[in-house]
Amino acid sequence: MSTGSLATLGPIARLLSDRRHLVLLAVRYGLFLVLAIWIAVMSFASEHFLTVSNMLNVSRQAAPIVIIAVGMTLVMATAGIDLSVGSLVALISILIVELFGLGLQTWIVIPAVLVVGLISGLLNGAFVRIGLPPFVVTLAALVSLRGIAFVISGGYATPVGNELVLWLGRGDIAGVHVPIVLAAIASIAGWVVLNKTRFGLYALAVGGREDAAHAMGINVGRMKLAVYGTVGTLGAVGAVVLTGRLGNGSPNAGMLLELDVIAAIVLGGTSLFGGVATIGGTVAGALFLNAVRNGLNLMGVDPYWVQVVTGWILLLAVLVNTVVNRRVTEWARAARIDDQPEA
Amino acid sequence: MTTPLIEMRDITKTFGAVVALRHVSLTVQAAEIVGLVGDNAAGKSTLMKILAGVLKPDVGEILLNGNQVQFDGPMDARASGIEMVYQDFALVPELSVTQNIFLGRELTGGGFRSRFLDNRRMNERAAHLIERLGLRIPPVDTPVRAISGGQQQAVAIARATAFEARLVIMDEPTASLGASAIEKVRQSLVQLKNHGVAVIVISHRLEDIISTADRVVVLKHGHLVGERPVAETHGDELLYMIVAGKDPKQPTDALTSQSA
Ligand SMILES: Nc1ncnc2c1ncn2[C@@H]1O[C@H](COP(=O)(O)OP(=O)(O)OP(=O)(O)O)[C@@H](O)[C@H]1O
Ligand SMILES: [Mg+2]
Repeated sequence: MSTGSLATLGPIARLLSDRRHLVLLAVRYGLFLVLAIWIAVMSFASEHFLTVSNMLNVSRQAAPIVIIAVGMTLVMATAGIDLSVGSLVALISILIVELFGLGLQTWIVIPAVLVVGLISGLLNGAFVRIGLPPFVVTLAALVSLRGIAFVISGGYATPVGNELVLWLGRGDIAGVHVPIVLAAIASIAGWVVLNKTRFGLYALAVGGREDAAHAMGINVGRMKLAVYGTVGTLGAVGAVVLTGRLGNGSPNAGMLLELDVIAAIVLGGTSLFGGVATIGGTVAGALFLNAVRNGLNLMGVDPYWVQVVTGWILLLAVLVNTVVNRRVTEWARAARIDDQPEA
Repeated sequence: MTTPLIEMRDITKTFGAVVALRHVSLTVQAAEIVGLVGDNAAGKSTLMKILAGVLKPDVGEILLNGNQVQFDGPMDARASGIEMVYQDFALVPELSVTQNIFLGRELTGGGFRSRFLDNRRMNERAAHLIERLGLRIPPVDTPVRAISGGQQQAVAIARATAFEARLVIMDEPTASLGASAIEKVRQSLVQLKNHGVAVIVISHRLEDIISTADRVVVLKHGHLVGERPVAETHGDELLYMIVAGKDPKQPTDALTSQSA
C-alpha cells in the first residue's frame, strides 16, 4: 500500500487514476455541470431564458428556498430532517398579517415572528433530542402548524401593507432583488458555519456517528436542538420574504415547500444519512430546480407536467445521492487499492 | 508508598438485568503499564468507559492523584488527562483523519479568528503527529471511511496520544493489526511509559501484555479475579485465571500487590 508504487506503474496508472478522479469529480459536482448544460440548451430553446432579468427572476424565485435550505442542510448534516418548514412558512405569514392587524409596530412584529420560528424549531429539536425519529416529529409539526395557520386565519388570505415586509419580498438594492441579497447572505453565513466553525463540524460529527461524537465530548442533544432552532429561524426569515413577495398572508403559503427544500439539498449532494453536507451544492440545487421550472414554463409546458418533472428530478437526485454515489466511491477506492499492490 | 495516579474503588455497574461489574477496584501508578485481561463480556470495556467518563458507575468512586473526581462526560476525563482508544475506534467515518484527531479539541485562529477553525494548522499538526508515531496512512484530509481498519486504529491511537495525556487507555489496540503494526503499537506503549504516561491496555493477545505491561489484572463476569506483576506470572497461569475465573495463588489482596 505504498504511495510510491503508483509512480513505478508509470504514466498509464496515473492517467487511469486521473480519469477515476474525473469520474469522482463528475459525480460530486455533476449538478453544476447539468445546470450549465440546461442553461445552454434552454438559451437556444427560448430567447427569453438567458437574459439578465430572467436569471435574476430565477434567483429571486429560489431565494426563500435557499434561505430555508441553508438551515435544513445543517439539520441534514446531523442525519435529521425537518418536514415542517412549509407549514411554518404558512403560520408565520398568517402571524405577520394578524400582528400588523393588531396595530403592532414593525420592530415588534418582525422579531416576534422570528422568535416564533425559533421556538417552533426548538420544539422539534426537543422531541428529536429525546430520541423520537425526526421524520415523525416534524411530520406531526407539518400537520399541526398549518392547522394553527388555518385556525388563526379562518382559512382566508389577508393582504399585507407593511412597507418593510413588501420591500423584503420585492424591493431591490442597486438593482439586485432584496430576496437575492438575503439568500446570498444566508448562504455565505451557512458556508462559514458549516466549514469553518465547531458548530458545523459537530453537526457533521453527530450525523456521521453519534456515539463517536459523544465519546469525543460533543453535546449531541444540544447540537440537535441548535440545528432545528436554526432551520426554524431561517424558516421564519424565508416566510417574511415569501409573504412580501406574494403581498399577502395565507394559510396556503409554503405548500409543499419542504419538498423543494429537500430536493435542492439532495440534488446538491448533501447525504440523506448525515455526516456529509455542502452549502454550495444546496444553492446550486435550488437554482437548478428553479431554472428547470422556469425553462419549462417559458416553453409553455403545462404546469402540471412541470410538477411531474419536479418529482422525477427529486427521485433522480436521491438515486444519485445514494446508490450511484456509493457505487462510484467504492469503485474508485477498490481501483485505487488495485493499483497499489503491497510493496 | 506513592499516591496512585488512578484509583477506582468498588465500582459496580449494571445494564438492566446484566451486572457488568461487581465491586471492582483498580489502581494505576504514574508511568505504569497495566494489562487488563478477561474473557468476552468480562466487563473490561465497561470498566474503562467508566474511567473515560463515557459511562457513570452505579456505585463506587474514582480518585485521581488521591482526589475524588466525578466525570460528567468524556470531556471531563479528557480534561483530566485521561484518553481512551475505543475498541470500535469511535471515529466518525465521514470526517477526515485530521478532523477525527482534533474532534472536540479543535485549533482555532488567533484574535478575531478565535471562533473559526484553523484547518490548515490542524492538518499540519496531524500529519506531523502521524509521522512521529511512525504510522503510515493516506493524506490526513482523507475521510476515515476510506482507510483500512488497521489505519483507522492508527488514527485512534494518534488521537489519544496527541494531547498531553497522563493516562492512555487502549481497548484492544492490536485487534485488527498485522504483525509489524502490532510491534509498532507495543513500542508506542513503552514510549508512552518512558514519557511518564500511564497506560491501561486491554488485549486478548496475552503476548501484548507479557511483552509490555508491568502488572496484569484479570476480570471475569464482572469480578476481579486477581492481579500480579507481570514478572511473577506467565501465559499459562493467566490463561487459567481468565478461563477458570480463579486465582491459583488464592485471592490476592489488591493492597499488597500495589507496591510492585
Ligand atoms: N451499553 C450496554 N448496554 C447493555 N449491556 C451492555 C452495554 N455495554 C456492555 N454491556 C454488557 O456488559 C457486559 C460486559 O461488557 P463489556 O463490553 O464491558 O465486556 P468486555 O470485557 O469488554 O468484552 P469483550 O472482550 O468482548 O470486548 C456484557 O454482558 C455486555 O453485554
Ligand atoms: Mg470490550
